[in-house]
This record gives sequence, structure tokens and C-alpha cells, in this order.
Amino acid sequence: MSTATTTHAEVARREQPPMLVAGPLAWARTNLFNSIGSSLVTLALAYFLLKFAASFIDWAFLKSVWTVPMDPATGKLDPEACRAAKGTGACWAVIWDKYRFILFGRYPFDEQWRGAVVIVLFLGLFVVSAMRRFWRKELALIWIATLAAIGMLQWGGVFGLRYVPQDEWGGLPITLILATFGLAFAFPIAILVALGRRSTQLPAVKLLCVIYVEVIRGVPLISLLFMASVMFPLFMPAGMSPDKLLRAQVAIILFAAVYLAEVIRGGLQALPKGQYEAADALGLSYWRKTFLIILPQALRLVIPPLVNTFIGFFKDTSLVLIIGIFDLLTSGKVAVTDPIWQAFSTEVYIMLGLIYFCFCFSMSRYSRGLEREFSKSVRR
Amino acid sequence: MSNDTQPAIVLEKVNKWFGQLHVLRDVSLNVGTGEKVVVCGPSGSGKSTLIRCINRLETHQEGRILVDGTELTDDTRALDTIRSEVGMVFQSFNLFPHLTILENCTLAPIWVRKMPKVEADALAMEFLTRVKIPEQALKYPGQLSGGQQQRVAIARALCMRPKIMLFDEPTSALDPEMIKEVLDTMIELAESGMTMVCVTHEMGFARQVADRVVFMDQGEIVESGEPESIFGNPQTDRLKLFLSQILRGH
Repeated sequence: MSTATTTHAEVARREQPPMLVAGPLAWARTNLFNSIGSSLVTLALAYFLLKFAASFIDWAFLKSVWTVPMDPATGKLDPEACRAAKGTGACWAVIWDKYRFILFGRYPFDEQWRGAVVIVLFLGLFVVSAMRRFWRKELALIWIATLAAIGMLQWGGVFGLRYVPQDEWGGLPITLILATFGLAFAFPIAILVALGRRSTQLPAVKLLCVIYVEVIRGVPLISLLFMASVMFPLFMPAGMSPDKLLRAQVAIILFAAVYLAEVIRGGLQALPKGQYEAADALGLSYWRKTFLIILPQALRLVIPPLVNTFIGFFKDTSLVLIIGIFDLLTSGKVAVTDPIWQAFSTEVYIMLGLIYFCFCFSMSRYSRGLEREFSKSVRR
Repeated sequence: MSNDTQPAIVLEKVNKWFGQLHVLRDVSLNVGTGEKVVVCGPSGSGKSTLIRCINRLETHQEGRILVDGTELTDDTRALDTIRSEVGMVFQSFNLFPHLTILENCTLAPIWVRKMPKVEADALAMEFLTRVKIPEQALKYPGQLSGGQQQRVAIARALCMRPKIMLFDEPTSALDPEMIKEVLDTMIELAESGMTMVCVTHEMGFARQVADRVVFMDQGEIVESGEPESIFGNPQTDRLKLFLSQILRGH
């Protein structure tokens, strides 16, 4: 009997891993200090990291200027305090003064609440679309309704809202419009192009898809945007020129569709032939086979590169600044041309960077979650 | 059996090439309704190609193939109809990994037969019970053993209530201990009167259920006849050689 108890105790002790096998200490030992060389590198890097972090915190929070006084005579802000701190502390007063211009551009000041509502609507739309329990037909209606509401708010002219012409729009709403419409329209086009490029039955369609992909992929986005803004109106009859934002939007859609199409084609190619054959053998028609069997699997396979492309395009919308569309980056750039803030562009760019980062990082985290979710159900 | 009433499958002088390779040479074969035909032969003999031609997963270049009285042509609508009448079971199962077992079985009845979902679910459960895995209905294919997956594949095909079942080496990808459960399912199906064409090396199965065994080599049908005469009294050297290799393997 006594031997049995000892064995039990031993087994129990065995189930606890020794201190240096698991836990943070063991992790540090195997990953940071597993040899003299690696220990030295770890210490050196830690030193530089701490030093950099310390000086950044010093600059950004401890020695920074948060507000500057207003000159009562002229009604203008007096950036003297910022100038004094220049080089040692950040001047966040520029953000405080300019944040509305950065977020909404040249949109009429009194109407900027409309831009704020548009941003909230976009965020709401993203959050709702991200939740799997809303993935059904009604979601399309929600999208149409939200996008219509966004258009109504931006343009105005109805329900007593003042009409705001498109060239006065600006800031974050423009960036969100370009990115959301761009990817929402590019995605279905991309699916069709990817399918077309793999078609064996329709050689003409296949050739068209190949030409489209190769031509658009072969030129930089900037030149496409130039074409859309400068050359396209030349071909149109006088007075028949769609607005500049729409032209840029179409260029972005065409460009994004090509990259997404190639990613999706990769997914289609990775599927085993047996999946196509099994669907064929059941008598499913081409489109049913594609939408019920092939695409659901192919798209899951390419979530990482898809999201990579999405993130890339979210940031690429900032290229519209070269054709004079007032997106978030352009607004920020223009904001610091104000003579009193000219020296403080770093602070503005840090803020812009943070805004872009928030959107891109959320996409990245969301895709990680989605991958985990799918890999749970499809364990091979 | 009832060979001549109305043949379920007719192949007339079917020829097929893969590039320069002549894989089917003047193959002619009639399969009567309710008949069970086992096709065997060495690898590369064209037996898989033959069975895949019957539901046009491969296209033949010469000759005619009639399934249930309809000739196979490029007409895709007629083809989808024929395919919905012909069940196929693959060597590598080919279940849809993103769908549950139940969804795998109900997909085609719902989308091809336009069956209401409740009815399709009931039908699928009936066939999953017949292949003895109703309790797995809500799992995903990746969570099942090979033998279980192959039985699901059989149930999935049966849910379309096909007139003909094609089996393309259904047990070749299975571990030995799982072969029996799949063969038992197939024997049961054969006893229910289904028209079956099976490519298989399972000679025990052939002896037990086949009305006819067809031996193929190098793209042509070399011998065909009742299992006893094919296995017991082979006429050609090629069949004798093949049988000796198969028997040594067992």
C-alpha cells in the first residue's frame, strides 16, 4: 500500500514541470540568454531600447507643451511656448488647434459634425460587418443604407442640410470613402477576374482577364491616378466630366481589383482537384460549385495575403494627394503650412501615423482571429 | 442478371488519348440495370479513366457513351442532369472540408434537387444511419477516420437517390482495418439492387457481389465474365500474370 502512495506522490510531482522548463524564466533563458553572445546582444538591445523609450516619453509627455495661450488682441494662438520647447519637448498644441482641419479638411467648419457622423457610421459598418452573427443577406441592405446615408451627409442639399460640393470634402471621411468603396467594389470584380483567368471553356474571357491584370499591374498607381484626373477629362465631351473624387475612386477600384484577383487566383489554384470533381460529380452547376464549394475554401486559404492587400490599399489611398484630393494625409500636410505651426509637422505626422495604424492594426488582428476561427472548424 | 431490358450504361468503341498516350482503345461495355460490374487491372490500365468517362469527369474523343439512355455530349445542362443521377465515390473521399458531415450530404439535394432543408436533413440522417455513422452528423470531415469519411462519401452520393453508383478504388487509400467497414457498406448497397460499377482490387468483394468482372490492360478490355470463370479459369497470359501478382500481394 505504502509503495502505491509514494508512486502517486511521485507522479503528482512529475506533472509539475521543473522551474527551468516552463514559465517566463525558462522562456527568457532559452530565448534571450542561451549563450554568452546572445546574452550580450540582449543586454545591448535592452539598453538602447530603454534609452530610446525614456527619451521618447520625455519628449512626448514630460517636456511637451499641451496648450498655448491665445493673444487677446489678434485672436490668434501664440506658439512662443512651443518654440521655446522645440528640440526637447513635443508641441501637442498644434494638434489641439488643427485637429478639426486634419480630420475634415476644408469641409465648412459649421458643418463638420456631418463628417464626424460619417466617421462613426463607417466605424459602425466595419464593426457590424466583422461580426459573424451578422453575416447574412440583410448585411447587404445595411451596407446600402449606410453608404446612402454617408453620401447624403457628405453632399447635403436634402433635409435642410447645406449643399457641400465635392471639392470641399476632405480629411478622414475621404480616406474612408476611398478605401471602403474601393475594396467593396474591387473584391467582386477580383473574384470574377480570378475565375475568368482560370477559365478553360472561355478562352476570349481568359485573354481579356490576363490583359487587364497585366496592363494594370504593369503601371504604378500614381500614373493611373494621373490618367484618371488629367487625361480622362480630355476624352470626354465638354461639360461632361464626372467629379474628380469619382475618377480617382474608379482608378483605385481597378488597381485594387488586379491585386486582389491574383491573390484569389492563388487560393483557387491551391485547392485540390478532387474538390472540383466531387462538386461536378454531384451535378452542381458551375456557379453553384464556385460559390458553395470552391470560393469558401479558396478565400479561407488566402486570408493572410488578402488582408495584406487590404492594408496596403488602405494606405495607398493617401496617394490621391498628388491629384489634389484632400484625404487625411493631405489635410495634415496642409494643416502645418499655417505659418505659426510650420515648425511642428512631426507632431502632426505622428498623429496621422497613429490614425492609420489603428485602422491597419485592427484589420490585422481581426484577420488573425478569423483564421483561428476557421482553422478550428476545418481540422484536416 | 437482367442485362438486356434497358442497359443503364452503354459504351460503344470508346477511344481516349491523353496527349499522345492512347489510354482507352475501342472499349465497349454494357451494364444492365441492377447489374454489378467490377473493373480490375494493373495500374495504368485505364480502368479509372474508364469509370471517370461514365460521368464525364474525363471526356472521350471517339465512340459513344450512353447513361440511362442519354448520350454524353458537351451539352452542360444534360450533363448536370446525368451527373445528378450517377453517384460517384472517389479514392480520396473528396468530402468538402468546410462543411459538416450533414451539410456535405444535404448540399446537392438542396441545391440541385431543390429539396426543402428539413426534408434534406431527414434524408441525410436516413442515409447516415444506413452507413452507421448518424452520430457524426455535426462533425467536420477532418475529425473523422478515413473509413468513416468514405462511408460519408457513399451516403452523400446516395442522398441524390442515384440510379447508378460508380466507385473509383474506394478502399485503396484506407488503412487495412478500415477496408472492411467500407466494403460491408458497399455489399449492403449491392444487395439493395443498385446498379454499380466498381474499380477495385478487392477480389473477395468481387466474388461476393459482382455479376461480371472486367479485366483491363493497356487501355483495352482483355477478358470479361463471371467472377468464378475470371478468377478460376483465366484465358489470357496477361490476366494470369495479373492474378498471380494480386494473389501474391494478399
